[in-house]
Amino acid sequence: MQAENLNSQFLRGIMVVTEKNIQIYYTKPPIIIFGLLFPLFMFLAFYLGKELDFQIFFPRLLAMFLFFIASSVGPLITPWEKQAGTYERLLSFPVNINTIILGDSAAGMIFGIMINLVVLAAGLIFLNYNLNILFLIAGTLLGALCFSSLGVLLASPSVPNPSYIMMLSSLIRFPLIFISGIFIPIENLHGIGRILTYFSPITYLVDIFNYSFTSQSHISIIIDFTTLLIFSLIFICGANKLHKRNLMKGL
Amino acid sequence: MCIIRVERLQKRFKSIVAVDNVSFGVEKGEIFGFLGPNGAGKTTTIRMLTGLLTPDSGDVFIDGIDMRQSPIIAKMKMGVIPEMGNVYVDLTAKQNIILSGKFYGISRGELDRIADDLLDRFELSERRDDLVKNFSKGMKQRVNIASAIVHSPEILFLDEPTSGLDVQSQRLIKDIIKEMNQTGTTIFLTTHNIEEANILCDRVGIINRGKIAAIDTPERLKRAFEETQSVEISFDKPIDGSLIEESKMVSRVEKRGDKWKLYTDNPDKLVKYLAEFAQDRDLAFTSMEICGASLEDAFMKLTEVRERAS
Repeated sequence: MQAENLNSQFLRGIMVVTEKNIQIYYTKPPIIIFGLLFPLFMFLAFYLGKELDFQIFFPRLLAMFLFFIASSVGPLITPWEKQAGTYERLLSFPVNINTIILGDSAAGMIFGIMINLVVLAAGLIFLNYNLNILFLIAGTLLGALCFSSLGVLLASPSVPNPSYIMMLSSLIRFPLIFISGIFIPIENLHGIGRILTYFSPITYLVDIFNYSFTSQSHISIIIDFTTLLIFSLIFICGANKLHKRNLMKGL
Repeated sequence: MCIIRVERLQKRFKSIVAVDNVSFGVEKGEIFGFLGPNGAGKTTTIRMLTGLLTPDSGDVFIDGIDMRQSPIIAKMKMGVIPEMGNVYVDLTAKQNIILSGKFYGISRGELDRIADDLLDRFELSERRDDLVKNFSKGMKQRVNIASAIVHSPEILFLDEPTSGLDVQSQRLIKDIIKEMNQTGTTIFLTTHNIEEANILCDRVGIINRGKIAAIDTPERLKRAFEETQSVEISFDKPIDGSLIEESKMVSRVEKRGDKWKLYTDNPDKLVKYLAEFAQDRDLAFTSMEICGASLEDAFMKLTEVRERAS
């Protein structure tokens, strides 16, 4: 009975933290800039004036948007709350660090999925695909979880100003874009470039989306899902460990 | 029965022992004041009591619940107003209260009613839908407290609740604390304001350098320091304080603005001496007051003794 109460309290805590994040952080300028405008400008920089086949490029664009958007929320929340003095208050509620981490991840996930749905809908107006909808949904969900958890992990260092974390997150997120088969397909990469792509979680989502839109994948779809799941677990466990270690720092 | 029980609590930060083997209990329905100078270990202790910090050793029991084993269940019983805690400035006053209530599983309809009641009680009804970012410090603190008591907690922890607030907000917060205590809520209060502790608290604990220096009722603590009785006096002309000190009738002389506070164990004898002293020097008294031992004096003595001993 007590375990049941604790489980429902845990789930309730995650939902309330998520709701709070949605209410407060979705409209913060760093999220608009780092989550929405950056991928848009990246796309424009690489697409305009080049002879890219948009039909082939679109699944990769979708993966890039999901990555940028889902991973943009997490880095902001904890540093922002520590600076504003709301983090200690949040910890005094009947929650633990896992509740907060999962609530922050869920907020990033929901934001990523929402914007991706808009990008997908816009793409499908102009492009014609024989969609594998089940893989697309599963890939979007798992990709959003993986990237939002990465965002929460990036928020774990204790810093005097949230902008430090946004810089750190850009430093890590940008290089990942170039080693993930978004702008250069994996099959065109050789040597160290090719090896590096396997260390980026985006590579596996690009592959899942390629498969969902064109029924062609470079890596096995089972490996894609398994690897994304492993990355997600690593990010969540890492975030838990580091957030716990830095819990009271910066309060 | 102790609703808060603390046993041999210890916390270190690297080589510094912030809280050193602290044990005490707080009775159900009590207002307990926790006093100490800056860096004495008050906030570290309150953070351990509220489950924010894990002690290196020792135990905290909240209404018999082991904080280490069941922190969530223990936290359900308490409301916390942290010293550095703030409300969400991007939400309205009402949204902040409702958000807090959701963490405790209060239904939406019930929450709406409670939030409206609290906003009325804290004189914030007219600003209920304004963003907190536009509020004064006192108003923010009122939202902070309203959010912390939305679930009618059995225990309320307040870390410096009136620090830096205007008189009106201070009075309102003190009234709410008393009101909540009358309805059965146990209050654990840390404060720098010793007079506030003197007026509000049933018992006070004094912590210094991580150790408990004393725990007792304010009156008994004051009585233990009878030598800290004093005469507060001011003259129409400036005087040299050392002249009074030379009389050997005072243990300490302090200048406070245009007044002199003269500590003595025999105020009667000192007043008679001062009358002579004024007459000899052609001075007129502008004010004179005999003060009993105060909690502030007891606090100063206790923390001084500890500091000297260490």
